[in-house]
Amino acid sequence: MGLEAYVAVSAALFALGIVAIVTRRNVIYVLMGIEMILNAANINFVAFNRFGGNGLDGRMFAIFTIILAAAEAAVALAIVLNVFYLLDSIKPSDADTLRE
Amino acid sequence: MNDRMLQRIFYGVLTLLTLAALGVGLASAGAEGLAFGLFAAMTIGGALVCIWERSVVRSAFSLMATFTGVAGFFILLESAFLAMAQLLIYVGGILALLLFGVMMSPPDLAERSLWRVLPGLGLVGLAVGWVSWQVAGSVDWVVRAGTPTGGAEAAIGTAERIGVGFLAPDQYVVAFELAGVVLTVALVASVYIARRRVSDLEPLPKEQS
Repeated sequence: MGLEAYVAVSAALFALGIVAIVTRRNVIYVLMGIEMILNAANINFVAFNRFGGNGLDGRMFAIFTIILAAAEAAVALAIVLNVFYLLDSIKPSDADTLRE
Repeated sequence: MNDRMLQRIFYGVLTLLTLAALGVGLASAGAEGLAFGLFAAMTIGGALVCIWERSVVRSAFSLMATFTGVAGFFILLESAFLAMAQLLIYVGGILALLLFGVMMSPPDLAERSLWRVLPGLGLVGLAVGWVSWQVAGSVDWVVRAGTPTGGAEAAIGTAERIGVGFLAPDQYVVAFELAGVVLTVALVASVYIARRRVSDLEPLPKEQS
């Protein structure tokens, strides 16, 4: 399988992640969409590394992306917990207290 | 068209697409193509089910297919260590974390969100498709001649090189330590945010808006 196949799958996964973020009215789905997008980026990193150069830069990037995704998920879940406690809702559109 | 019909149509189309992916992969590149088709179907199909389903539990478990498929891609790309990390962190950690969101999600009892999903799907699909078309037409990928065919040995060698690269002073050790610091700060901070004293967090009065 060539590089193009991996890039195509990655583009499709990225698009689905955007769709998940845009169409669902629930913060959890927004987080899921973000994870999909990060995974798409990881596929690209590793695929270009595998077909492109001799170094390990792409794979290292992918590892650090995974680490940051873990940190991001933990912090985001904590924030969602607080928002749920304060507003009794986890719709992104309900968190508009600063607007008033 | 009621909900059940839509559900059946969706999963029928998904099954057909999976079989098509397997067939195309097998016809074009043999066993490796078959594996690629399987992982592509898992990745894309899992993401589609995640967007389609209304209950958070089902969406989260369909994401498991997506993450596992991506781990399979990493194996095909000779990065065994990354595949292992993907399984450990994504499937084992992040997914379990996301499932906590179930406790905060009221069931989505609205009608099947087809008309909410389809316009977004179409727009994003058009945009990404257009960009992909432009890229495919204009970029000439420089692929390394004679792609390595070490298989499992090459993959294990990669894991070893990654381990050395993490700790060798002239390679990635600064980034490695930085990632450790970021992870520590983020996890301590998230525990602090999540477990603050209740008296700090008075719920907002409801009649404010």
